[in-house]
Amino acid sequence: MTDKKNISELVAAGLAKRYRREKMFRFWGILSIVFSVLCLVVLFTDIITKGSGAFQQTYIQIDITYDPDILELYDPLDGKQFALANFDGVIRQSLQQRFPDVQGRRDKRELKKLVSLDAAFVVAERLKDQPSLLGKSESLWVLADDDIDTYYKSLDDREGPFTGRTTEKTQGWVQELVDRGEIELRFNREFFVRGDSREPELAGIWGAVKGSFFTLLVTLVLSFPIGVAAALYLEEFAPKNKWTDLIEVNINNLAAVPSIIFGLLGLAIFINFFQMPRSVPLLGGLVLTLMTLPTIIISSRAAIKAVPPSIREAAWGIGASPMQVALHHVLPLAMPGMLTGSIIGMAQALGETAPLLMIGMVAFIVDTPSSITDPATVLPVQIFLWSDSPERAFVEKTSAAIMVLLGFLIIMNTLAVWLRKRLEKRW
Amino acid sequence: MQATNLLILILVMAAIAYLIGRGRALSVAQPLGGIRHLHSLPYYYGMRAAIWCFIPSISLLILWVTLDENVITALLLADIPAEIKPATESDQNLLFNQLENIISGAISVERVTPAIAAAAERLEGLRQTGYWLMLAVICSAGALGGIWGWLKISPRLRARQQVEKVFVAFLIICASVAILTTVGIVFSVIFESVRFFNKVPVADFAFGLEWSPQTAIRSDQVGSSGAFGAVPLFVGTMMVSAIAMLVAVPVGLMSAIYLTEYAKPRVRALAKPMLEILAGIPTVVYGFFAALTVAPYLRDLGANIGLQVSSESALAAGLVMGVMIIPFVSSLADDVITAVPRAMYDGSLALGATQSETIIRVVFPAALPGIVGGVLLAVSRAVGETMIVVMAAGLAAKLTANPLDSLTTVTVQIVTLLVGDQEFDSPKTLAAFALGLMLFLVTLCLNVIALRVVKKYREQYD
Repeated sequence: MTDKKNISELVAAGLAKRYRREKMFRFWGILSIVFSVLCLVVLFTDIITKGSGAFQQTYIQIDITYDPDILELYDPLDGKQFALANFDGVIRQSLQQRFPDVQGRRDKRELKKLVSLDAAFVVAERLKDQPSLLGKSESLWVLADDDIDTYYKSLDDREGPFTGRTTEKTQGWVQELVDRGEIELRFNREFFVRGDSREPELAGIWGAVKGSFFTLLVTLVLSFPIGVAAALYLEEFAPKNKWTDLIEVNINNLAAVPSIIFGLLGLAIFINFFQMPRSVPLLGGLVLTLMTLPTIIISSRAAIKAVPPSIREAAWGIGASPMQVALHHVLPLAMPGMLTGSIIGMAQALGETAPLLMIGMVAFIVDTPSSITDPATVLPVQIFLWSDSPERAFVEKTSAAIMVLLGFLIIMNTLAVWLRKRLEKRW
Repeated sequence: MQATNLLILILVMAAIAYLIGRGRALSVAQPLGGIRHLHSLPYYYGMRAAIWCFIPSISLLILWVTLDENVITALLLADIPAEIKPATESDQNLLFNQLENIISGAISVERVTPAIAAAAERLEGLRQTGYWLMLAVICSAGALGGIWGWLKISPRLRARQQVEKVFVAFLIICASVAILTTVGIVFSVIFESVRFFNKVPVADFAFGLEWSPQTAIRSDQVGSSGAFGAVPLFVGTMMVSAIAMLVAVPVGLMSAIYLTEYAKPRVRALAKPMLEILAGIPTVVYGFFAALTVAPYLRDLGANIGLQVSSESALAAGLVMGVMIIPFVSSLADDVITAVPRAMYDGSLALGATQSETIIRVVFPAALPGIVGGVLLAVSRAVGETMIVVMAAGLAAKLTANPLDSLTTVTVQIVTLLVGDQEFDSPKTLAAFALGLMLFLVTLCLNVIALRVVKKYREQYD
């Protein structure tokens, strides 16, 4: 009797401590969840605050006089004369008229740097479209230089504006432009239509987006049929033997091989051995195919496994051959699951960077690619390249590119989830 | 583009073969009294004809695509005038670049010597001839195959079996791609590694304490002999992975435990997708975050409390990598914890244990093999992770145990050695493959052990 009493006393005495431990344990659990979610929130806020500026770009209004003497262009229809015309000259002159008290070579050069290099092309385009403008004046909005852009955007910052490479004189000019309303932020269309550039204000993601598109196209065209066929074989036809075991072990291991190893494979086999051209989406797609195949095969097998045996048995029962069972009954029923797996595999491939660095997709490519055999870069690699650039303006470009990339990934994953919900059958 | 045209042509021919094959099967069946007197369904005859048309022509096309440049180069070099005959391989590349430019019109013909202009013309001519020749060969191969398939059609022909055999063969080939990939990986890293180890002894590589792969171009320059001691890289990789694991394992495990055992369905439905989003973020984004946000933050924090934190510290890379791996650990742990039979859990609760005691003393030991397997897989992820360390860790190989210092890892070195120009005869480029071999072996071992452990565990409760 005393023993029993002692035990219950012991238990009662320990209870408070045990409940405390229980609470602690639960608290650590909540803490880890909160930590993960917090990381996600911090990451997103950081990127959005850094990158939202890039969707707007600073423009400066200048009054251009298409003066034939400065342009050294008397007949705008003469192609050769047009190509040699001094468009920089009219911009320089326009800026000097705006700021007449700027003297000295260095200051004048500084003044010219208010506007982007692109301004000359804008002026040239205007004149090309309307040759009648020669000798007349008009006011144009042109892109500001990236330093001005960064400075102007940070004017209202709490810690004061980011001056960077701008001098006090330039800041004064910007202030003058602000006072006169000749500088403003506009939607940054250039960012979405241009290729890469060394000038941050001219750098856009269109080239990288197209490169990603072509690369993913190759990946999808190769990996989906091969993955589905492999899964179909392994689930429906493969005899239980050494070869099948070997294939399974290989697939499972490949799924966990670091992606950079696939880059080495691409470099040694495709480039060095097969002499394929570097930097092209075709090659990138091949490497990414090998990388995503295990993912697609594994998810396709899961989808095939989920098809109930009764379907197969019914088909066999009415005399279908194994191939007919597989192609006419199992494959269509497993298709939603396979598609979902493939979209997730494609999303992985879209975000992959490391193997593409190995096969030369890091080259600085200005032109947007127009086929799978044009040199190209892809969105994640573009992000990597920009994040390495010293110009401050590239930080917001990089963040904006990340937002675009994440946008694509979210669309793909939502599509996968939607597809699964929409097409999935419960047996 | 020519190859694409030919591919389209082949597909069109195959489609035609299918149609006429099917048509003939139908017309053969008509006098017999309908298609039930055929051995197979009509479309199998069509497919058989299409396969007869497709396989020979596509094989020829692949052969042509892989060989034609080599053959044309050999033909051109065979009768090129002696004065422009290239002596070395790089000369040859130069010459061909020039010829390409002439053909594409980037260099005008007047600006080069007549011999080169003639060579360019001949190159273009050879290509044209090759293309037309190939067109003719592929067309006739496809046509012959198609006609053969068409001729053989008879009511007795076992078309379905034959077509299915081809399909199964295709499936087997697709399934074998995985094996080919592994073989490709092994060959690509082993061949170059062997060449590397011929120049640098294995012992120097595996036990050397100094890593400076930048070999000078001329032998009289400073630092002309690179040092290839990989120990600092291994230490760096282990350091970053260890930091990552210190973050990922506890947080991932506790998240999984909380979500499976404690969380209300509403919380679970909200938190799980959050973790999945964390898993779906590309590594380059994490790298950017580590390099531009976490690293400067840690540096300022260190400066405030009087610590010297490098702006490329291992800590920043490791922390962010840990965050990246949290969802990986938590989803694997989730799987194994839910696989523990409910009866064990309920039994422990019935004996008066609290929930946490049950989890720590009953569920956790039962799930341990699976968790160990998951952690090993996570370690292999951390070791092979590239972009975060490339962007946030340093380049200088330092042998240090200080996580606040900058250090470099195996993957960073592979990337820096291989991005840009590669020479496959310098130890600098080959070293990357030796590092790749190490990386592959280590991750392979980890994966094999992990999969073993997980598999063994699973058999216990099924």
